[in-house]
Amino acid sequence: MRLLLALALILVTPVFSEEIKPIRGPAPIPESNPADTYRMERHDRTIRRAHKWQPPIIPHHIRGYQITKNVNTCMTCHSKKAAPQTGATPVGKSHYLDRDAKEHPNISARRYFCLQCHVPQFDAEPLVGNTYAP
Amino acid sequence: MKLDRRAFLKAHAVAAAASVAGIPVKGVSQEKDGIRWDKAACRFCGTGCSVLVGTRDGRVVATQGDPESEVNRGLHCVKGYFLSKIMYGADRLKTPLLRKRNGVYDKNGEFTPVSWKEAFDVMAAKWKEALKAGGPTSVGMFGSGQWTIWEGYAAAKLLKAGFRSNNLDPNARHCMASAVAGFMRTYGIDEPAGCYDDLEAADAFVLWGSNMAEMHPVLWTRITDRRLMNPHVKVAVLSTYQHRGHELADLHMIFRPQTDLAILNFIAHHIISTGRVNQEFVSKHVNFALGNADIGYGLRPEDEREKRAANAANAEAMKPISFDEYARFVSSYSVESVSRLSGVPARLLVELAELYADPKRKVVSLWTMGFNQHTRGTWVNQLCHNVHLLTGKIAEPGNHPFSLTGQPSACGTAREVGTFSHRLPADMVVANPKHREIAEKIWKLPAGTIPEKPGYHAVMQNRMLKDGKLNAYWVQCTNNMQTAANLMQETWPGYRNPKNFVVVSDPYPTVTAMAADLILPTAMWVEKEGAYGNTERRTQFWRQQVKAPGEARSDLWQIVEFSRRFKVEEVWPPELVKQKPEYRGKTLYDVLFANGQVNRFSEEPNDESRHFGFYLQKGLFEEYAQFGRGKAHDLADFDTYHKVRGLRWPVVDGRETKWRFREGYDPYVKKGEGVRFYGKPDGRAVIIAVPYEPPAEVPDQDYDLWLCTGRVLEHWHSGSMTRRVPELHRAQPEALVFMHPNDAKKRKLLNGQEVKVSSRRGEIRARIEIRGRNEPPEGLVFVPFFDEGRLVNKLTLDATCPISRETDYKKCAVKVSKV
Repeated sequence: MRLLLALALILVTPVFSEEIKPIRGPAPIPESNPADTYRMERHDRTIRRAHKWQPPIIPHHIRGYQITKNVNTCMTCHSKKAAPQTGATPVGKSHYLDRDAKEHPNISARRYFCLQCHVPQFDAEPLVGNTYAP
Repeated sequence: MKLDRRAFLKAHAVAAAASVAGIPVKGVSQEKDGIRWDKAACRFCGTGCSVLVGTRDGRVVATQGDPESEVNRGLHCVKGYFLSKIMYGADRLKTPLLRKRNGVYDKNGEFTPVSWKEAFDVMAAKWKEALKAGGPTSVGMFGSGQWTIWEGYAAAKLLKAGFRSNNLDPNARHCMASAVAGFMRTYGIDEPAGCYDDLEAADAFVLWGSNMAEMHPVLWTRITDRRLMNPHVKVAVLSTYQHRGHELADLHMIFRPQTDLAILNFIAHHIISTGRVNQEFVSKHVNFALGNADIGYGLRPEDEREKRAANAANAEAMKPISFDEYARFVSSYSVESVSRLSGVPARLLVELAELYADPKRKVVSLWTMGFNQHTRGTWVNQLCHNVHLLTGKIAEPGNHPFSLTGQPSACGTAREVGTFSHRLPADMVVANPKHREIAEKIWKLPAGTIPEKPGYHAVMQNRMLKDGKLNAYWVQCTNNMQTAANLMQETWPGYRNPKNFVVVSDPYPTVTAMAADLILPTAMWVEKEGAYGNTERRTQFWRQQVKAPGEARSDLWQIVEFSRRFKVEEVWPPELVKQKPEYRGKTLYDVLFANGQVNRFSEEPNDESRHFGFYLQKGLFEEYAQFGRGKAHDLADFDTYHKVRGLRWPVVDGRETKWRFREGYDPYVKKGEGVRFYGKPDGRAVIIAVPYEPPAEVPDQDYDLWLCTGRVLEHWHSGSMTRRVPELHRAQPEALVFMHPNDAKKRKLLNGQEVKVSSRRGEIRARIEIRGRNEPPEGLVFVPFFDEGRLVNKLTLDATCPISRETDYKKCAVKVSKV
């Protein structure tokens, strides 16, 4: 049975035209792809935003950074108080407003987990181009 | 409040360095920079955030969180912020592609561009061939909780009425079928009693197998807000591995897979044994039942595990019992025994049980795939309803057993429209003759058109493809080659079976598309007019914002246009046609869509309506809404939804319903009734006695690790949209094997090393991560499924909950070795 199945798979392995390429690469679906290696990037400068409503990308690695209900390592540099000294991008004014638009001295609890909106980058090449333009 | 609201808008506008305050609540705005803004629902998860879409010169140029939306109040997650790029992958499909050799269709030919005419010619011929040879059960369709409401509705009509086949199921079967079965068996009506307002009213949150921090990020911001601003609030997180949700946890519990069943029975026992049952509530509003045990695992019938199961063929049966019998049943779940079974310390189990037992504490339970993708998914859903019903903690602000759906319209389309193999709109089912009669009347069909036997559900469809019994098959708006379990033994051989013709509609060349015989290019998201229904029963609309590229057409257009290819006589037996002589010689298009109802609105505000000559979406919606109005599923009129940020059904006299089943909130509960679970004839919800039973496959000497699969924050499901956004791809380029450091050490593996993960069904290669965002306990690995380079469903087992037929993607046995 297993042999038959294996044989059937070889016989029906589909052929792809040049026109469409799956982003998994050329390996047929039943085959395993080797894994790639990626490193988290460390940029010197901030990464350009796609448009002005996009939250900034994190331009540095964050391994070992902690955000729990007791501590938020990101805010050590990025709070509006610390940023002038550390040179980090200060968090936006919107981040000090709560759900009902009340202003607070510390960032709003709803914005507390930074990584929900801001993500670091690995050195991965795009799988396919993107034609978006602002 | 009014002032606050204005201040909020103003402040947000300043912070965003652009005026969003110019956007009126009920319309569209054009800004100085030439960007035109309009509202839409987010394309991704079940949260249902509202998004403002900025377009210029026929392209989406920006998106932002909608400050007017109650759901997200200006926030998004990282995926939502990149919505502007999902339609612009360079490999968008712009023309139908048919496998051809020497100029004609060939199962093993090369994908060749063809016209829509040729595509539908070949497709219709294949459908007719299948219908002739195998009858209605040889054709089928697999749809989506990401379909818009009218797409699901049009598909249900085409399949169940047109082709007379109930072989229609959505990918939502993989996602929340267990939640549906849980609601139906407990309350007799689907979907949650409460809503998101509960998140600001609760004193405790219990997460049962839900990593909301990554998978429902905007709801997580609301819980974080509630927890951090109110120190008395407690958050309990239960999971089989540690994840980002635990960052906020006060009670932090890792349990052995499947033992959530026992933990919930212990909580019930604790409530009873400490005298904290809400006697008044239980005596007035609850019945007790004993469910059949030993119900098997939804595997193929020849599997030994099915043969051994006493009640595999009778999994759904329940019989009434007394409260005392129920109390005796759960009394065997002592804290000591459950602690031993689950691995959770007894002290924590008691602390958890106290969150429910304490009458002063309002508690919201939240669950997603940990409960639903479970071979006892229906049971575990019901066991959670049990503890809320015992304490009366339901259907009021802050008290809520809250099932979160995964997809943007799993509720609005899959559940409410009823695109399942056993369902019809508004919670009706094909097996019920009265329900079929209602549907046939609204659809103006001859009596007996809709077949009574439920069709093939998702897992069964793949098995029947493989067995050559389902031969003409259409997949829309989902990537099931990647996301169905047991790819190597079921899905792949099924799609490539020479007896079958498989059509896949998608915007991109997904692995499912690549495994098809015909690919149809699809218009997506704001390239069409749409409607989604989110987790809290909120229905949201958007208008078409831009044109689709090339010849891409919406799923709706494809379904309706394809229906023109069939004459009534070609698909219905003569007895049926005889009942409606006026349908002689008509096409399915005439009967189903140009039926005097669907085509009664003449406006043409979008591409589909211009093509067909009537406002197709509005006509479909208004016909569909007839099913639910007056039956506790009331939807508002079509035009209203274009003006508001969604409304939570039932919408009666223009007012939405935040809490169901309770007087004062729910218009269906009469004065003096207090609480009424009106989905059940006697108005009482059901508490069920069901036991802990082991999973279908457990680690052993050969395959010594549990495999749990799931999602990640940065990608939407199988990644076909988000992996084409460079920033999101670079944030999460490849699926990793999250592993405990000791498990790596035992296998002499270093962090980041490439490994082979194998199960009895297949293998993949990936790198291990021992210090990542997910920290499994020893003996378990977690692998996300977004990465088509690492098709983790080659490993998973297609075992399901025998009641809901939803696959357990969270538990199977694998081994990890060096490459």
